[in-house]
Amino acid sequence: MVHWSAEEKQLIAGLWGRLRVEECGAEALARLLIVYPWTQRFFSDFGNLSSPTAIIGNPKVRAHGKKVLTSFGEAIKNLDSIKGTYSKLSELHCDKLHVDPENFRLLGDILVIVLAAHFGKDFTPACQFAWQKLVGVVAHALAHKYH
Amino acid sequence: MLTAEDKKLIQQIWGKLGGAEEDIGAEALWRMFHSYPPTKTYFPHFDLSQGSDQIRGHGKKVVAALGTAIKNMDNLSQALSELSNLHAYNLRVDPPHFSLQFLSQCLQVVLATRLGKEYTPEVHSAVDKFMSAVAAVLAEKYR
Repeated sequence: MVHWSAEEKQLIAGLWGRLRVEECGAEALARLLIVYPWTQRFFSDFGNLSSPTAIIGNPKVRAHGKKVLTSFGEAIKNLDSIKGTYSKLSELHCDKLHVDPENFRLLGDILVIVLAAHFGKDFTPACQFAWQKLVGVVAHALAHKYH
Repeated sequence: MLTAEDKKLIQQIWGKLGGAEEDIGAEALWRMFHSYPPTKTYFPHFDLSQGSDQIRGHGKKVVAALGTAIKNMDNLSQALSELSNLHAYNLRVDPPHFSLQFLSQCLQVVLATRLGKEYTPEVHSAVDKFMSAVAAVLAEKYR
């Protein structure tokens, strides 16, 4: 089980409370598809992904980004049982979606950069540490049920 | 790999840093040591406390090297040849760490905190690609 210090919990919850989930989720997913274009392979039914502008404006990307970041909210509510929280999603990503877990790490790192751009100086090194840890734990949990 | 547009964006962004290079280098390193403790194993001889002269000095060096790379994006291999030798034969940083993934992530976080909205997806993509290209050159002579 992952140990979270009181400070880490506070840094995570504090930022989460100030986050616009729909906006940040959409931005994180869009950036994944732009910065690492090979990830588009999982979204062939999303319509127009032909340029950064198309990706950013794509309603399916926005909706899915919101879904993904909303699920992060579940992890944050259950920091002491993230593996349990993501158990079904892990099976889904392995058995139905066939996503290489390396992609979870890429999305996690992108989310951290989105937070940095949104929160500026408030995204302190201590904050980054807590969030890098969180995205790492989420990525690990999502990969946990792979077989 | 790097398109003409990527190169233009990188040069523009670098131009916006306006003399803050040393601060940026130091902050990127500090964030890297803080978020990825194993990276500290390559600096046992450093005072790794926040704001240390050694971190500032090394951050300045790293950013200066990146500046050189940016001035020579069409010929990274030659421009970074000395550094490439150093990293392969002396420093021998473990190659996965040496994909600069951690330094790249932390440098991008620093740029994003300073540039906010200006750190657009296009700029983000260009910088990420640039750091990959630099890492590839620095790892060229490993074996």
